[in-house]
This record gives sequence, structure tokens and C-alpha cells, in this order.
Amino acid sequence: MAQNTNILDYFNLFWFAVLPYVALFTFLLVTIQRYRRRGFTYSSLSSQFLENKIHFWGLVPFHYGILTILFGHFLGFLIPRQVILWNNDPLRLHILEVTAFIGGIFALVGLLNIVIRRLVDPRAKVVTSTADWVVISILLFQVGTGLLVAVFNSWGSSWYAASISPYFWSLLAFSPDIAFVTPMPLLVKLHIISAYFLILLFPFTRLVHALVVPNPYLWRKPQLVRWYWDRRKIRTPEFKVKRK
Amino acid sequence: MDIRSQVSMVFHLDKCIGCHTCSIACKNIWTDRKGTEYMWWNNVETKPGTGYPTKWEDQDKYQGGWEKRNGKLGLRSTGKGRVVFNLFHNPHQPGLDDYYEPWTYKYEDLFNAPEGDDQPTARPISMVTGKHIDIEAGPNWDDDLSGSPVYAENDPNLSALTPEQRAQLSAIERLVFFYFPRICNHCLNPACVASCPSGALYKRGEDGVVLIDQKRCRGWRSCIAACPYKKSYYNWSTGKSEKCILCFPRIETGQAPACFHSCVGRIRYLGVLLYDADRIDEIAGRPDNELVDAHRELIVDPNDPAIIKAARENGIQDDVIRSAQKSPVYKFVKEWKIALPPHIEFRTLPMLFYVPPMLPVMSSFDGKTVKNMSEGLFPDFDKARAPIEYLGKLFGAGNNSKVRYVLKKQMAIRTYRRAVTVGDVEMEHAEHMLREADCTVEEAEAIYKLTSLCTFEDRFVIPPAHREEAIEMVADPLEYKQSVGFGFKEEVKRGL
Repeated sequence: MAQNTNILDYFNLFWFAVLPYVALFTFLLVTIQRYRRRGFTYSSLSSQFLENKIHFWGLVPFHYGILTILFGHFLGFLIPRQVILWNNDPLRLHILEVTAFIGGIFALVGLLNIVIRRLVDPRAKVVTSTADWVVISILLFQVGTGLLVAVFNSWGSSWYAASISPYFWSLLAFSPDIAFVTPMPLLVKLHIISAYFLILLFPFTRLVHALVVPNPYLWRKPQLVRWYWDRRKIRTPEFKVKRK
Repeated sequence: MDIRSQVSMVFHLDKCIGCHTCSIACKNIWTDRKGTEYMWWNNVETKPGTGYPTKWEDQDKYQGGWEKRNGKLGLRSTGKGRVVFNLFHNPHQPGLDDYYEPWTYKYEDLFNAPEGDDQPTARPISMVTGKHIDIEAGPNWDDDLSGSPVYAENDPNLSALTPEQRAQLSAIERLVFFYFPRICNHCLNPACVASCPSGALYKRGEDGVVLIDQKRCRGWRSCIAACPYKKSYYNWSTGKSEKCILCFPRIETGQAPACFHSCVGRIRYLGVLLYDADRIDEIAGRPDNELVDAHRELIVDPNDPAIIKAARENGIQDDVIRSAQKSPVYKFVKEWKIALPPHIEFRTLPMLFYVPPMLPVMSSFDGKTVKNMSEGLFPDFDKARAPIEYLGKLFGAGNNSKVRYVLKKQMAIRTYRRAVTVGDVEMEHAEHMLREADCTVEEAEAIYKLTSLCTFEDRFVIPPAHREEAIEMVADPLEYKQSVGFGFKEEVKRGL
């Protein structure tokens, strides 16, 4: 009996104290290396051009759903106190939970449409790689377990902020405290582990496009001109003298 | 004043025979790779017709180009805020079927088919899926199909015509068409550049060529919808967009772009135009009917000492200015005013200009002889087979007088040259026509020479690229002295 718990401890240690570091460092090192050496491969790899109908019903709900959810997870991690305070009022708690759940449903519906699209359309099939299927499978598992957690272990926004957030912070402080996660139900554990796999595989797949989201567009000038010479230098008085 | 130089182009439509040699030259050099098979950076359309991609001129469908909103210019397809919402699914992006599905044939069947009673055939195979397809469209599928209810009747430019005029266009004895070769216009106010979320598209400062930085392109596809001429294409294989590069490696080495070089009808002209970049915004915002003149205003006189001074201050080399002074494009566009921008109402300020076509020659038959003249001094352009409203919509943003001016001048020059060479027209009559058409004998001779007797050097006045100087500005040429030359990506250095 005692031995069994021991093995379980090792398991927990591996999944919640070793795997996150493996995933995180692989993510950091490989994305940077890939950007520097094979920067060309950073692309949305959009297939809207090849299939333009189901695309809308897959890509739009998925992205909006998953972004909402990710933002929620990020908030709970970053400002757990404020989230818990917000949840003190049952109405506000319900608003938060329902929003998150709708986001999850959106992501799931989008993903299912993406799967259908890539199975049904012969052109979309051409640009679907094995890596794409791996990514889609993990995402489906991730969103599925997330939704099940929301159903069976309700008020996740509160207990996530209370227990998972400190666990993440302990990871970041390089002193992982897995006591926060070991008592969690299996569903939650699976959700966390699959998230680590997602992070681990992130740099090897098309997911990297999320890192090159074009924020500068919002404040750049509409027209871009590239010069081979330094325009400011060329307009200085010394330069004009030199040219005469 | 911010004087810049732009490599610009003129296509003389009266000379285009629609042979597609330009398209093939381009295809063989640039777009024979996987994912680019469907792209035609240079294509030749039959007008009236729907073009490539289908109905590209219909901006209600594709939302390309600029529009004035509350007095300010903005992209029709996207904007700062909308780009975020359209990132995941671009609602105005054309799909493969708007172009056509590229195909090849299963040639090996011709050899491998088992012996039988039937002749073996090579079935068409999609170059996307590799499976058998029934071909429904191709790159020049509507070639010469004027009058057809599928293609010609759906030309977006026909909206400018009355129902009678439209009906006449389909009447068999009134059929008319001309060819419309198209490449990227390398615009002064490019919508593609303005729309790119990643900032991958840019205009080269020295020669104005618009390019897509393949490394920075992330495949957000905004440029494809934003370009009103649909001259930016999505490579479905690499996940990056590509477009006409005006064969810049050729231009930089003093050669004409492949499509120009190979042109059988010698319809293409290339040369530098100097323009004032400070005025782009103001000019692009003018009302539709002023746009053609305003666009011309933006192009400045390379012989004006003040302009030369301003150009030199901007770092434009003397030989580029000299090249601008000899530019055939400047003559066509600015001096003679017989080359017009296509669809200037899209407000991208295209730098490819067209001499509108005169075909078919307007003549009358009195039972015995064909007469080239009508009762008046000039043939009645409004009764021409190709309705002036149609050409006006294509080349004058609805301002028909701009097209009429060009046709008049061309007609007068024809008559004048007929008086000189054939002699069956009174010279006095011809000169009267020239005067009416705002043309002198000298100008008529010059236009005639550059149109009919032009040499390679007359047509293509390619400015020196000055890459050597450009590189010196950024890097010291002596920097690589005592190093190992080409082929090494890392420093050749003894290990630890």
C-alpha cells in the first residue's frame, strides 16, 4: 500500500513538477530558434483560399471562444484575489461562469467544424498535415475536459484562482508546490496535463502563428516605404556639400 | 515637396493582339511553383468580359481599394479596427474558384493504358488535389468571348451603359472587344500595403516597386481583398501571399521585365516618373471626375530646375533624373496626355497607364468603297462600336471627355499620317484635325514614331538601380575585405 502511494507521488511529481518545465523550456527555446533559423515558417497557414464556406463556422467561433477562455485563465492566474472578490457576489460569479462556458462551447463547435471541414473538403485535406491533426486532437481534448470540469466541478473561476493560480506561481518561482494539484479530481488533472502537452508541442506546429499576431498594425502609418539609403542622412547639409 | 522616382509603365492597347506571350514569359519565370499554379501576375483579359479573377472590378463583391468616409480616405475592405475582427476569416477574400482550379493532364495514361478499342486519353488532373476534375474555368477562359451572356454581359463596367447600348453589344454584327493586359500597377497609394496587418508589404523607395516581404508575411490575406485590381495572390502551399515584383532583378541589371521584353505587339513602355510624395493623400482624395487630371498633376516635370534640385536633395541620382527626362511614359502620360490610368476611382493611384483602344476602325461603306471618314471632321465617337461610356468607366472614372480626347488625338494622327504616306487625304484637312485634337505636327510625328517605329531603347528607358551606392550607404564596402567571400553563413573562425 505504502509503495503504491509512492509510485503515485512519483507520477504526480512527473506530471506537475517536471513536465511543466520540460514544456516551458522547449517552448521558449524552440520558438526562438525556429523564429531565427526558419522564420519563414511562421504563418497562419490559412486555408480559407481553398475552402471558403465551412471556414467561417469553424475558424470564427473557435478563435473567439478560445481567446475568451485563455483570457479568463490568464486573469485567474494573474489577479486571483480580484477574481475571488468579484465572485463574492453570486450574480457576478454567474456572469463570469456563463461567459466562460459559452466561450468553451464556441471553441468546441468551432473545433468540430474544423474537423469536419478538414475531413470533408478534398482541397482542405491537401494542406492538412499530421501535426495539424495532433494539434486538433489535443485542442479537442483540452476544450472537452475544460467543459466537463465546468459541468461537474462548478465555480471553477473561484477554485482556480484559489488553488491553481498559487500552483502556477510556485512553478514560476522554481519551487513547485504540487500539494495544490494532487487533491484535484482526475478531470482537472487531465486538463492541466494536456495543457502542458499543448505548450510542449506548440513550437513544432502551426500554433506559432499566435506569437506573430500583428499588433503594430493598429498604430503604424498606412503606407510603408523601405529605402536603401538613410533618408535623414541624405538631407543633411554635409551630404549636400559632398554631392557637389 | 518630397520628390521620389517611380518606375512606371504604359500599355498601348491599340497594339495588343492578345497573344498571351507576356503571361507565359511571367509564368515560366515566377509562378510555376507549387501553390502558385493558379496565379497570373501578368494576365490578358478580353473586354468586355468578367476578367480574372471573375468580376475583379466589382468592389461591392471584393471591397477593394479606397473610399472616402467623412472626408477621409479609408480602405473599403478593412481598417484599423476591422482588421482585428476579420483576422480569422476575411469576408471579402476571393477563393480558388473565383480564379480557377489549376490542372495538368495524366499523360502517362497515353502510354500505360491497356490495349483496347478506344483511343487512350489524358484526363485532366487538379494541381491542388491531384484528383480528376472537370475543367470549368481557366486563366483566359473568356478569351475573345465578347457578346457571350456568361462573360461579356457580366462585365461590371457595363453599368455605365444604357440598356439599348448593352443590347447592342450582344448583337452579332456589332460585337466588339479588345484586350486588356494587366500586371501589378505598383500604385503610389497602394491599398495592399496599407492593409497588411504584419507590415510585410512595402514600396521600395528608389524605384517604387511594391513588394511582399516573404519572411514577414504571416498569411493574414488582407492584401488580397484590399487590392482592387486583385494583383496580390495567396500561395496556398507556403501560406504566404505573392505578387508581381516587376522583375526587379532584371530591372536592377538593366533589363526590361520579362513580360515587357517578350511583348510581341511591342505595346509596352517603361520609364521613370518623378512625383511629389507629399501630395499623394490630397490627390487621392479628389472627386472622381477630377482624378485623372489630379493624378497627372502629381507627376512632375523632370526638366524643371526646381524639381531637379528637389530630386537631388532627396538623394535621387543624376542619371536617374536624366532617365526620367527621356522616359517614354512621361511623354505618353504627361506631355501627350494619351495614356490613362485604369479605374482611377479605386484611388490607389496606379502607375501603369493605358492608351485606350480605337478598334474597330470606324468606317462607313457606301456600296462601292469603304470610307474612313464620317460627315464631320471626326468620326462620331459616341456611335462607335465600343461605347465611349464603357471606355470612360474603365479609364476615366466615368469622365468620358478624357477618353474622347485620346481617341480624337489618335484619329487625327492617323489621318495626318495617311495624308503623308498615302496622300488620299488633303494635308490641310489633316492639319485641321490635328489642331482640333490639341496636337501639332511635331507632336503627331513624335507620337507616330514612339508608337510605330519604336526601338527597344525607345520603349524601355530603365533607370540605373545604383545598388552599389545603396549598399555603401548601409554597409562599408571594405567591411568584407580579408574575409572568405561567398557561401559561408557563419564566421570562419578557429574553434576553442
